[in-house]
Amino acid sequence: MATFAKGVPAAAPARPLPPFGEEHEELRASIRRFVENELRPHAEGWEDERWFPNEVFGKLAANGFLGLKYPAEYGGEGGDHLHDAVLIEELSRSGSGGLAAGIGAHVNIGTPPIFKFGTEDQKRRFLVPGIRGEKIAALGITEPGTGSDVASIRTSAKRVDGGWVVNGSKAFITGGVRADVVVTAVKTNEEGGHGGLSFLLIEKGMDGFTVSRKLEKLGWHASDTAELAFQDVFVPEENLLGEVDRGFYLIMANFQWERIAMALGAVAAMARLLESSIAFAGEREAFGRPIGNFQAIRHKVATMATKLESSRALTYHALRLFHDGQDAIREVSMAKLLSQRAACEVADEAMQIHGGAGYMKEYGIERAARDLRLGPIGGGTDEIMREILGRQMGL
Amino acid sequence: MAADTVVKPDFQTKRKHFIFNEDHDRLRESIGSFVEKELAPHSEEWEETTFPDSVIRRMGGLGFLGLSMPEKYGGQGGDYFSNLVLAEEMAKSNSGGLAMGVAVHTDMAMPPIHLFGTEEQKQEWLVPAIAGEKILCLGITEPDAGSDVAGIKTRAVRDGDDYVINGSKTYITNGHRADVIVLVTKTDADKGYDGFTLFLVPMDAPSVIREKKLEKLGMHASDTALLAFQDVRVPASAMLGQEGKGFYHIMWELQGERLIGAAGCVAGAQRCFDRTLEYATERTAFGRQIGKFQAIRHKFADMATKIEAGRQMTYTTAWRFANGEYPVREISMAKLYTAQMACEVTDECLQIHGGAGYMKEYGIERAWRDMRLNRIGAGTDEILLDVIGRSYGL
Repeated sequence: MATFAKGVPAAAPARPLPPFGEEHEELRASIRRFVENELRPHAEGWEDERWFPNEVFGKLAANGFLGLKYPAEYGGEGGDHLHDAVLIEELSRSGSGGLAAGIGAHVNIGTPPIFKFGTEDQKRRFLVPGIRGEKIAALGITEPGTGSDVASIRTSAKRVDGGWVVNGSKAFITGGVRADVVVTAVKTNEEGGHGGLSFLLIEKGMDGFTVSRKLEKLGWHASDTAELAFQDVFVPEENLLGEVDRGFYLIMANFQWERIAMALGAVAAMARLLESSIAFAGEREAFGRPIGNFQAIRHKVATMATKLESSRALTYHALRLFHDGQDAIREVSMAKLLSQRAACEVADEAMQIHGGAGYMKEYGIERAARDLRLGPIGGGTDEIMREILGRQMGL
Repeated sequence: MAADTVVKPDFQTKRKHFIFNEDHDRLRESIGSFVEKELAPHSEEWEETTFPDSVIRRMGGLGFLGLSMPEKYGGQGGDYFSNLVLAEEMAKSNSGGLAMGVAVHTDMAMPPIHLFGTEEQKQEWLVPAIAGEKILCLGITEPDAGSDVAGIKTRAVRDGDDYVINGSKTYITNGHRADVIVLVTKTDADKGYDGFTLFLVPMDAPSVIREKKLEKLGMHASDTALLAFQDVRVPASAMLGQEGKGFYHIMWELQGERLIGAAGCVAGAQRCFDRTLEYATERTAFGRQIGKFQAIRHKFADMATKIEAGRQMTYTTAWRFANGEYPVREISMAKLYTAQMACEVTDECLQIHGGAGYMKEYGIERAWRDMRLNRIGAGTDEILLDVIGRSYGL
């Protein structure tokens, strides 16, 4: 008969959840230190200023954080998407969703299409300085009249000798105010629809390209969100990204990583909100005991934690499949759908637990609640995710 | 820069969760086809009669009852994940009661005999249980003590070389058919959590009284007993595990039980989902398949998302458990989430089926009734919330 000192077998230590391993935990520790020292102390100031300085990109680049997944020949670290996943999770600990989004716009959606679809020349001109933090990239798809329905994009590019002439506008472009290059979706075919989309690399300073407005918003205050105007902008031939009329595929390829990135960000944000709520509930007293000792609060915390872990389990599953090079559209859409709504619910409960303090700016809870509310809208709304999933089932 | 190669990679790689290998695939296929052929056709009949003991004998003969048990006891020597495969495939029986009866035997009563039992006890009970010749049950709950295990009143008092047991147990699945019960008793009333001890009590021992077969909302294919123990005398050798460690033994048992329960919830919800998806593509209203209406399509998207999240939570936690971790928090979360999810999914499936779902014929109302137990059994939602909350120091 087996005997156990405590009546049960001794427990093995917890291991990092796949796809992460020890190697990623080292990177995590190093990014976490960076975030604690270089970003977190400034987060509130940058929120107030509605802007974070461009030097942030330089500092991230100095640590190699802007090129984790890119090959060394372009100045990258030779890692893969898992290293970027760690970066995304840790950036969400900065306390400013806008800061994380501003950096993410460059790393997660701005530079990847240049790397995946760009010519060698384009990579030299935009990716290499992008990894160095010297040129900032943004992605321009959404328009004032067109969101998830990308087939209805109206910004047009007409072929002329030596290039294209672009007319139209883009809206809600994260990083668009500061961007040196905007990876811009344009209609290159009069018939329009999915087959008529192409991408052009439109650079700051090109004649007729202006930032028409810096938009104000509910949250994400530290990030710059632009409305962009294109009036007879001449874009040279060498700035065509990928093939003419094949832009829709670029969008679809990009969405997968963007959505995983959003799910990872939400998971990490929930983890932080949970930590804050547990700490607050353990300290704050009411009716003679810490409020966390009341069952109603304890159960709230348990519910929040369960939402966090269910989102994490699904998100890591999508990440594993994506990383393996498998078709993960189903799982990615699910992870995005589940995690963004869960994060809003968790933020709302965190505010409830914090009470009046949660409503005040000081604790950062109200900011998190505002920042996370974009999740069910950006990167494809909840409703679009449900459409993708439903149609995959043949409905 | 060939866009096609980037956005349409070669998806030939077999999609497989990292906890499973090809052995699991083969096992899944073999259990699945057995369940579809030999169990599912009888599910309605067994709702009326409860499932026959011959199911256990047959499954034992096929080697399905000791998948992760050592070969020297007649088991298959597989890993913990094989038990998940069994729990998932049993959902194809369309009978929650049958799946539960088997799970109580294989994943609730059997593991403690294997882990804590003496060699003699294993020869006497484990070997025939794996072979399907003896049926097991587990006695924790009492008329006045459910999740509050500390409130258990069944006493085992030492008398010479024997113990004399008095008390009662209720809601005991397999209680009528079982040959032996893993019984939680109090041996020292003054020691709190250190005063509990487990015993293996033969159900044919004199003065073990099967009081009545309890009727219930669902799980009709299983038998549920109220049992009385009146001066039941067992030798000291019937003690399972260490004296005074019964509480910790049973808490360990509950972890495995909850995880298997989570797997069952995921598979049951998936089963109901699949049948409902089929229905939604056949049934038409206002000139089209009801599944083509956005309201219904989005219901399916939400259900599929919840089911997948529950599945991934369960698999991830099973991975931890199989690594030797004792992930009480994660198991509690997986059990809580999947039980609630499964109830929500079966309710939505009932809604999509409309009037047909409310009728017996489609089996959806049965799934709805069966599934509801999962938020109560093996630790209620509220107990799990408490366990999770306390794990954070609250």
